[in-house]
Amino acid sequence: MNITEKIKNIIKENKVCLFMKGTPEAPQCGFSMAVNNVLKHLNVEFKAINVLEDENIRQGIKEYSDWPTIPQLYVKEEFVGGCDIIKEMFEKGELQNLLKKHKIIS
Amino acid sequence: MPLSEDQIKKLIIETIPDATIEIKDLMGDKNHYSAKIKSKLFNNLNKVEQHKLVYKSLKGRMGNELHALSITTEGKK
Repeated sequence: MNITEKIKNIIKENKVCLFMKGTPEAPQCGFSMAVNNVLKHLNVEFKAINVLEDENIRQGIKEYSDWPTIPQLYVKEEFVGGCDIIKEMFEKGELQNLLKKHKIIS
Repeated sequence: MPLSEDQIKKLIIETIPDATIEIKDLMGDKNHYSAKIKSKLFNNLNKVEQHKLVYKSLKGRMGNELHALSITTEGKK
């Protein structure tokens, strides 16, 4: 399986995927931690992928999303954004609406 | 080589000529910036597309020489 297929599978199999640096318990970067905190605050169950553990995924996800930075959030196979967008959407209530629309939170 | 505020502005203007840009060097280390960018080019784009346009203007520097640039985008009338 090549890296694109591997990423595609991860995104397909998990409603909410966060590609991040570090783990939800121990984020290794402030931006990853910020998105992680938003998701935890909203009680969202999500699959966290630590890109620091796999250089292929770290590079692969940047190309897959055409997005140069980590973290990256996917909801229902759709790329939602990086840290700035997620924070802004959360502040405006748009992230909550998106998650409700997909019945991830109620 | 870290980028200066002026270099970042210049790069963005090359791709987004009508951009109004406010840049802050958050830590005073030429490495952690925030940029607030307004442009008519954003008007019909969603947030992801708006940010992608800014990243495109930085020509591969984002995530490399430019470690941290927090971006806020807005359309313009």
